[in-house]
Amino acid sequence: MNHFTCLLKHELRALFIAPSTYVTGVIFLLLMEFIYILILADFTLQPHDNLPSEYFFQLYWIPVFFIVPLLTMKSIAEERRMGTLETLMTTPVTATEIIFSKFLAAYLFYCLLWILTLGFPLLVNLTIGSSAMTVRLLDPATLLGGYIFVAISGLLFISVGIFSSSLTRSQLVAGMLCFSILFIIILGVPAVKTQSIGWFEWLEGALEYFNNFKHLEDFSRGVIDTRHIVFYFSYTTLVLGISVLITESKV
Amino acid sequence: MLNQEHSIEVTNLTKYYGPVMAIHEVSFNVEKGEIVGFLGPNGAGKSTTMRILCGLITAKSGSAKICGISIASNPDEIKRRIGYMAENNPLPEDMRVVEYLYYRGRLKEIPRKQLKDRVEETLELCDLNRTARRKVIATLSKGYRQRVGIADAILSEPEVIIMDEPTIGLDPHQVLMIRDLIKNLRGKMTVIISSHILSEVELCCDRVIIINQGHIVACGTSESLRNEFINTTTYTLNMKGNTSALDSLLREIDPDLEISSSLSVVNDDYYDLELTTPHTRNLSEEILTRLYEHPQFRLRELRRKVPNLEDIFLAATRRSWDEDIPLSNNKVDRGKKNNQETATVE
Repeated sequence: MNHFTCLLKHELRALFIAPSTYVTGVIFLLLMEFIYILILADFTLQPHDNLPSEYFFQLYWIPVFFIVPLLTMKSIAEERRMGTLETLMTTPVTATEIIFSKFLAAYLFYCLLWILTLGFPLLVNLTIGSSAMTVRLLDPATLLGGYIFVAISGLLFISVGIFSSSLTRSQLVAGMLCFSILFIIILGVPAVKTQSIGWFEWLEGALEYFNNFKHLEDFSRGVIDTRHIVFYFSYTTLVLGISVLITESKV
Repeated sequence: MLNQEHSIEVTNLTKYYGPVMAIHEVSFNVEKGEIVGFLGPNGAGKSTTMRILCGLITAKSGSAKICGISIASNPDEIKRRIGYMAENNPLPEDMRVVEYLYYRGRLKEIPRKQLKDRVEETLELCDLNRTARRKVIATLSKGYRQRVGIADAILSEPEVIIMDEPTIGLDPHQVLMIRDLIKNLRGKMTVIISSHILSEVELCCDRVIIINQGHIVACGTSESLRNEFINTTTYTLNMKGNTSALDSLLREIDPDLEISSSLSVVNDDYYDLELTTPHTRNLSEEILTRLYEHPQFRLRELRRKVPNLEDIFLAATRRSWDEDIPLSNNKVDRGKKNNQETATVE
């Protein structure tokens, strides 16, 4: 546990002193702000049944595609390229501690970036300040459900990034691999499901279970179903476990 | 039964990378407090052996023990007992020297109360305290980076220190400093150093292990290896006089003493002459006396050439190549062997 704390502190420190982290953060916030403004602009033009936050969280996948690869591609690939992974593995530290510390550091930063987006509805509410608006902008069930979904699904996305990074020495290859896997997980599965005809039909049930948007539906209504939590936790553990094995065998 | 006398015990260690043999049945022991040089040409299997000793990779067969503990069975325990400096000395570029040592100290489980003292002591020992202490590692010169690598290896006062090419790329002053540093560890820690710089190894190591094509070809002190591999003694003379008369004179001194190299006139009728004999007895005085007894010979210089580690290394590796021609491409045709066996069965 001491090793893990030490490694986690080291990873967080490395993350917070790297200029690329701040560049990633700024790009993320600018993009999310732009999306939020577009949603609000659309709300002013026509009536909607749903809340702005629901639409906002439905677009969670846009930042995930670039934020997750940018945050994780360096983690193992760079250490392996530099040779520092080798020196790390000659200390009493295990590959599990290395992988989990890198995962947790990236995950905490990912969550921090999303928490900062809470500022958007708060700022709009502060500027406009009508009670009717407050109810729609800061609906606690939608916001809580949305952020819980982002936090829980982030576990799987970040673990995919760490897994991609553990496979190669090249950051670029790790980043591209992560993007491809995330694309398949997030957009590929619903695309296959909607196109499923004939011999794909038997897969429908399984694909439904893998569909991230299906999980989001419950969360954005404020329903926290343990099935979704088990899904994300179990797959995160599986992916991280494979990453540990790869790191152990490919020092 | 564990042998507590040996710090490192390697028995029949074999490792393949796919079909390519890296090391084959390598065996050697290193005693407590000994400094041992591990030599070999490029691709001989030095780094593979070092990496197996650190528990980074596993061997196909054979056993390796550090302080009596099997590396394959207890890799975690081994890591508490070794300090490793990898080839090319990889360091995190964005950390300060002192921060890095604290970080490594915590990972190496140095008790919190002792950590500060250990870091300060190591900084002082590696001469990093004054100039490099607060510097970011990326801004350090090659010499200082090597010192940081060595500081990291000795930080937790491990029982065994494994260094892969610690003096590579250093200037003579830095080499001297690192040599002194390694000499200071004699008796306290067991050190195994892989190096290409043979003079370096000869100066600071108690014993030398030479590996070639994945096989141990020589193991012992410089003196014992000299006796084993270099069977001739060479004398170099700078003299003047008729060489045809010299032959008979040399035979009077030692019947096997003969002129080995062609004469090369330097200037003013003096020439260089090389004499060789298979005996190790020092004949310098006799040669000197006999030549002075004959006025037609004028001797200006006489040297007895003591073979250095480079000569031993070349002789040992050459002998292994001569003996092991079928292994010269480093590939053991296991497939072919299997095919032959299959053919026999059929």
